[in-house]
Amino acid sequence: MRKSFTKILIASSLAVGILAGCSSSSSGDGDTIKIGANLELSGDVASYGQSIAEGVDLAVEEINANGGIDGKTIELIKSDNKSDPSEAASVATKLTSEEQVLAIIGSATSGNTLAQAQIANDTKTILLTPSGTSPNVTVTENGDVNDYVFRTSYIDPFQGTVAANFATGDLGIKTAAIYADSASDYAKGLADAFKETFEAAGGTIVAEESYVAKDTDFRSTLTRIQSKNPEFVFIPGYYAEVGLIIKQAREMGIEVPFMGADGWDSPTLVELAGADTLNNTFITNHYSAEDPDTTIQDFVKKFKEKYNGESPDAFNALGYDSIYFLADAIERAGSFEPEKIKDALADTKDLLLVTGLITVDENHNPVKSATILEYQDGVQVFKSKINP
Amino acid sequence: MEWIQQFFNGISLGSIYALIALGYTMVYGIIKLINFAHGDVFMIGAFTGFFAISVLNLSFLPALLLAMIVCAILGVTIERIAYKRLRNSTRIAALITAIGVSLLIEYIFIYFRGAQPEAYPEVLAKETYNIFGAKISSQSVLILCVTVILMILLQFIVHRSKIGKAMRAVAYDQDAAKLMGINVDNTISITFAIGSALAGAAGVIFGIYYTKIDPLMGIIPGLKAFIAAVLGGIGIIPGAMVGGFLLGIVETVVSASGFSLWRDAAAFIILILILIFRPSGIFGKNAKEKV
Repeated sequence: MRKSFTKILIASSLAVGILAGCSSSSSGDGDTIKIGANLELSGDVASYGQSIAEGVDLAVEEINANGGIDGKTIELIKSDNKSDPSEAASVATKLTSEEQVLAIIGSATSGNTLAQAQIANDTKTILLTPSGTSPNVTVTENGDVNDYVFRTSYIDPFQGTVAANFATGDLGIKTAAIYADSASDYAKGLADAFKETFEAAGGTIVAEESYVAKDTDFRSTLTRIQSKNPEFVFIPGYYAEVGLIIKQAREMGIEVPFMGADGWDSPTLVELAGADTLNNTFITNHYSAEDPDTTIQDFVKKFKEKYNGESPDAFNALGYDSIYFLADAIERAGSFEPEKIKDALADTKDLLLVTGLITVDENHNPVKSATILEYQDGVQVFKSKINP
Repeated sequence: MEWIQQFFNGISLGSIYALIALGYTMVYGIIKLINFAHGDVFMIGAFTGFFAISVLNLSFLPALLLAMIVCAILGVTIERIAYKRLRNSTRIAALITAIGVSLLIEYIFIYFRGAQPEAYPEVLAKETYNIFGAKISSQSVLILCVTVILMILLQFIVHRSKIGKAMRAVAYDQDAAKLMGINVDNTISITFAIGSALAGAAGVIFGIYYTKIDPLMGIIPGLKAFIAAVLGGIGIIPGAMVGGFLLGIVETVVSASGFSLWRDAAAFIILILILIFRPSGIFGKNAKEKV
């Protein structure tokens, strides 16, 4: 059934191609660049993938309206990987072999992106993940750089560095405690980076504690942290535990500022901790729609026009930026050969995008600014922007 | 000051273990079955309380009562459907059935509702008392009071009421109890109802104290309560209370000494040590089993 359906599809598309060939002088790929999107449009993290898709759509629409890249319009082929790594790999195979796309945008998570990194390298297709933040997406375990894999977001440990700079600089903190999720690489990377930067700036880490994901009782460890009197507590982790940690800490009378990273970014955090409990806590994130920066405000305005006044989130912005990041590299390469485009991507310097001014380092990781947000009565408020 | 605070942390955690452990121990005392579905009754209690507070807008005590009633009915239903017909089969058959019932409740619940966690609404006014330099929230004081009241009530039922007498008789010798005119089936059902109601109360208390509830929340507290019951001597009601408080304090001491990642391990090490050196528990007599 499926096979015959595919045959009909091929036959009909051939027919359309022939008809189209009659009406215009050049064939399809002469005027267009095919870009695939391998995103989580359904499944566990569908909200990430859908947000990225909205951002991507907006950017493609704009570029095509302005005459495309080097006179060629972008043809976007969106596919759903159902938030599943094996599905992501098969979508990547389909995009590279059947559609022969020049580049793939995706996926939203590091795991799904890693699942297609080998395919991208083998078929010389650019793979650009908007939001995969794990360091090993672009660098293999042996330390080799994946030639064709790039990302638009910064990497996890960078958020730890930014948090430490914010604590020592803006808040003037001298002593801090770290309370990290022991099981996740994400939290470990952040905690290590925070410690290194914080100590380099002359601060002292007075307590280093960890918890296990799915714990519910943090009071005894918090009492331990409290007895060391830190001026600041850094909690790299995910919202489900962080919400409880903050609630229990505030009940015990720990009133110092808490800080975390994008793992906190969920409405559930506010429900778990309570809106007023979250006051005096900060997170690092990719971007804020409230940032007064003109590039960001232009983007917010255009986004709201297209999507009925909805305010763009970080994933919307990263999806949008990914297309411009790629378009810039294609223009600079002056060619549509993947080898040249990948070199151009790796050479990107001081490119102004919505989520910051980016320069790509030797490991294909963008060096860019991070945004600090503060929770005020349960709402994230733009606090400042920290440059690396 | 730090240690007083830690002591209160341990007592609060322990009171929840103790409430769940009571159900384990009562059921074991009467039909020699470790009811592994007990942790899931606790979960249903937490969600019933959540529903009562956020949808029906009930206050704390009515919500607690509703959760206890729903759990009592659920406990009896489980007993009647799954365990009653296995009363004369091997103990391992009943045990495996209990594990099956546990998984069934968890995954039916996830199927209809999804696995995402829920945040418990605030029903109790939040105040913080300063006792000897330790900060105790009004919530933990109330929770402790409710736990103690429920335990006293249970002691009263078991030792001073007619149904308690029947329960003790059935636990002592089922056949002799039957000969004396005691309705064994009803007595067992009532034991399940009381044990499950306590688990339901523990669920609501857990939700208020820890805020986050989810369909798999019953697994770890269920296992810990099982350890508490064994620690105190399974089948012995005061043993379950003492075991619960003791386990809560031990876990807190382990975390407080800086070994927070070893907390769960410590609980299970206690289980292993108890089973090797004193299988009848702290309160148990080393009686030989009748053949």
